[in-house]
Amino acid sequence: MRIALFVTCLGDALFPDVGKATVMLLERLGHEVVFPDRQTCCGQMHVNTGYQHEALPLVRHHVEVFEPYDVVVAPSGSCVGSVRHQHAMVARRHGEERLAARAEGVGARTYELSELLVDVLGVEDVGAFFPHRVTYHPTCHSLRMLRVGDKPLRLLRNVRGIDLVELPDADQCCGFGGTFAVKNADTSTAMLADKMRNVLDTRAEVATAGDASCLMQIGGGLSRLRAGTRTLHLAEILASTEEVVA
Amino acid sequence: MTSAKEEILGRIRAALGESRSVPTVVPRDYRTHGSDEPGSPAVLDLLEDRLVDYKASVHRTASADLAGTVRQVLAALLPEGGRVLVPAGLPPDWVPDASTDEGFDAPTLDGFAAVVTGCAAAAAQTGTIALDGAPDQGRRAITLVPDIHVCVVRAGQVVQTVPELLARLDPTRALTFVSGPSATSDIELQRVEGVHGPRTLAVVLVTD
Amino acid sequence: MSGIFLGMPVHAPRGVGALRGAEPFPVAARTALANTQLRRNLGHATATIRAKRAAVVSELDDWEELRRAGEAIKTATMTRLDEHLEQLERAFTARGGTVHWARDANEANEVVTRLVQATGEREVVKVKSMATQEIGLNEALEAVGIAAYETDLAELIVQLGHDTPSHILVPAIHRNRSEIREIFLREMAGVDPMLTDEPRMLAMAARAHLRRKFLSAKVGISGANFAVAQTGTLVVLESEGNGRMCLTLPQTLITVMGIEKLVPTWTDLEVFLQLLPRSSTGERMNPYTSTWAGRHEGDGPRDVHLVLVDNGRTATLADEIGRQVLNCIKCSACMNVCPVYERTGGHAYGSVYPGPIGAVLSPQLTGIEDNASLPYASTLCGACFDACPVRIDIPSVLVHLRAKHVEQQREDHRLPSAEALSMAAASWVMSTSTRFSAAEKASRIGRLLGARRGRITMLPPPFSGWSASRDVPLPPRESFREWWAGRGGATS
Repeated sequence: MRIALFVTCLGDALFPDVGKATVMLLERLGHEVVFPDRQTCCGQMHVNTGYQHEALPLVRHHVEVFEPYDVVVAPSGSCVGSVRHQHAMVARRHGEERLAARAEGVGARTYELSELLVDVLGVEDVGAFFPHRVTYHPTCHSLRMLRVGDKPLRLLRNVRGIDLVELPDADQCCGFGGTFAVKNADTSTAMLADKMRNVLDTRAEVATAGDASCLMQIGGGLSRLRAGTRTLHLAEILASTEEVVA
Repeated sequence: MTSAKEEILGRIRAALGESRSVPTVVPRDYRTHGSDEPGSPAVLDLLEDRLVDYKASVHRTASADLAGTVRQVLAALLPEGGRVLVPAGLPPDWVPDASTDEGFDAPTLDGFAAVVTGCAAAAAQTGTIALDGAPDQGRRAITLVPDIHVCVVRAGQVVQTVPELLARLDPTRALTFVSGPSATSDIELQRVEGVHGPRTLAVVLVTD
Repeated sequence: MSGIFLGMPVHAPRGVGALRGAEPFPVAARTALANTQLRRNLGHATATIRAKRAAVVSELDDWEELRRAGEAIKTATMTRLDEHLEQLERAFTARGGTVHWARDANEANEVVTRLVQATGEREVVKVKSMATQEIGLNEALEAVGIAAYETDLAELIVQLGHDTPSHILVPAIHRNRSEIREIFLREMAGVDPMLTDEPRMLAMAARAHLRRKFLSAKVGISGANFAVAQTGTLVVLESEGNGRMCLTLPQTLITVMGIEKLVPTWTDLEVFLQLLPRSSTGERMNPYTSTWAGRHEGDGPRDVHLVLVDNGRTATLADEIGRQVLNCIKCSACMNVCPVYERTGGHAYGSVYPGPIGAVLSPQLTGIEDNASLPYASTLCGACFDACPVRIDIPSVLVHLRAKHVEQQREDHRLPSAEALSMAAASWVMSTSTRFSAAEKASRIGRLLGARRGRITMLPPPFSGWSASRDVPLPPRESFREWWAGRGGATS
């Protein structure tokens, strides 16, 4: 299958390994990955901070860039959530009904990584190898906006060598919330503290999730604590093999 | 000067504008009837289970033994010298030595230890008994002030679900839905049974 | 012209009631977060009630169908709200009740004060009511020398503790048993000095304290959970029996209710009597529900009033996206699942309506400029929507109110804030990949700034809040798009 990668702005600028892992994983499974290089950002941060007017050109740009593709994947629950649930809303708020309809079309063809693998490609065992103790944090938008359910866990359970441990209070938000982490830094930090305690209680070597943004929050906190637990995106674990270990 | 009513209604009309023309269809795909018939053994068992869960006591009886059962329940619950109140329409042979409500004031009601009434209907799924002020139940205050409420529920009055319960009631009457004795969870979410309403609820369930 | 002008929806007025906090949310939250006792109390309480709710909700296999019906009934009610209100008034009046209308908190307080004064009484007993807290009724009555006694145990704790409620359902959720014992010992006249902190003992102390008040009360004041338009039936759900006392024993009953609390028919109530108890207290049914339709001869109060209050509700109704918030049945399930509320508690929201629902209701009632920080007091995690028994899409309304706030500032021609400038700049940069790519290269300057061993530990304001507790990842040597280009991969 020919799959267009929406790597997300955060993935492009700060976490390129997530995009690389997504490419290698999909290619290993025999699919063709293309990277429409005019892509930028879904505009979620703008929308969620109240700047829908500023988000409109980003929505238009995103729709134009990805409209030609039948299948689009992004390694991010919240960016897919934005494309699927916010883009049409932004367009309608500005009276752009045609753009809204086009955005809905793109949204319907855009998948979060675990959705693409399980629902579209029909694969739960991607042939990965990752001999580490891992705990999985289901990010809020993948859980409650996209309803990915246990798809990421089904993928992880099939990874050879993995010691997958359940995260207590897994469905609790990590406290990131985009600009919430800056505007309400104290509350965000209190939420992060509880999330980190739960992660550390599992004695996992790696905390994983489907969103680089939430991992930036959890990983930033763990790094500050010098806790020794590292964060890796789901794509990086699934891309890992005996030959190339993440 | 425009009245508050006219102004508020005007504001509502202005706020709704065109949007009121969009009809909303209410999907009623929820259960409106139970899986078991009213008064069936399964429904009675469920009611008892729920009432006991609320810390009410349940006493089963046949209608032939009803008066005796009511007296036994009262005898076990009444404090020394405690007086019993009944509504005017309760069969007099149930509690022969009880006082009949004559519209006593609240402090007088407070002098009674217990009240015995019938009920209008009950829902098993939620353990709810409905009172509607009929002659065998009386006005609302008499089932409120005395500390013990003995309530007679007949099998035919027991339905399974909340929709079936409401369908049996007249919304123009003053209704009281009772689900166990009064309770509070206001202190550390810990449930305490018995606050201002009757602290003891005893249900006499007539099974035939 | 004047008719159109008079019909314009108006926000709740300033200077009265409890819809506005003294501090913005982040500042108020800081105080709450520093209180470790408060956080322990809240964490325990919300976790307990979450588990109870989950257990009783899972018992019903038609829960989702009930939610959808509840949502649709409320939505339909709002589109015909004027007609339903007039129908309610007719039905309630036909049965001997009196209906009053109040444009705002001040008018509602005036109406109630006048009604109480007409009885000649100086004391009233109250059932817990959000509407009367919202309008500041107790303060208004106090100002003319009328004492209002709260009778709900938690409200009593709040009132005796000279405190404010922090939760819709469990207003004293921020207090633990030993704090409550201290309040009772200090404030409750004639209380047993040997009072322990066992919840049962504390509840019995409240029973004894209030018993005499109930038996002698001449005026009761309540709110209403629902009003059935077709039959003129008012409905109050409660647990302790204090509600029944206030609704039944006094000669005069005054009920204060927001105009949105209607359901069209008695049958509609079958949905909400299932949704509300399970969502709020986590019970299959609350111990007591009372209904009355006007006056009932020989049973209960002789003089029965209903005060219908707007106080910003029509302004909320005017917003096509925001109006769904009026569907709220005040169950408080959203508070109990909210990770922000669980950390900060209710006081940080400044309004009598805290938590997620408060963050979307208070700014709409007051106008967004008076509660501008509330729509941002959420990570948009979505737990509130899943818990909401009438499926209010709180995250979407939060996002909508944020947009409305920004749009309003723009219209007001305020000088653009640093945030607005950076958002505009980011939009400009990110609307073409050339600019974005250039910005990525520029950000690598960060590699030279304060970076030690692969992490950045300090950022300038406004991002210092981030770096106070978290490291920042160092921008990589190579962006994804550079890696892709170097690899010679397909780009279209």
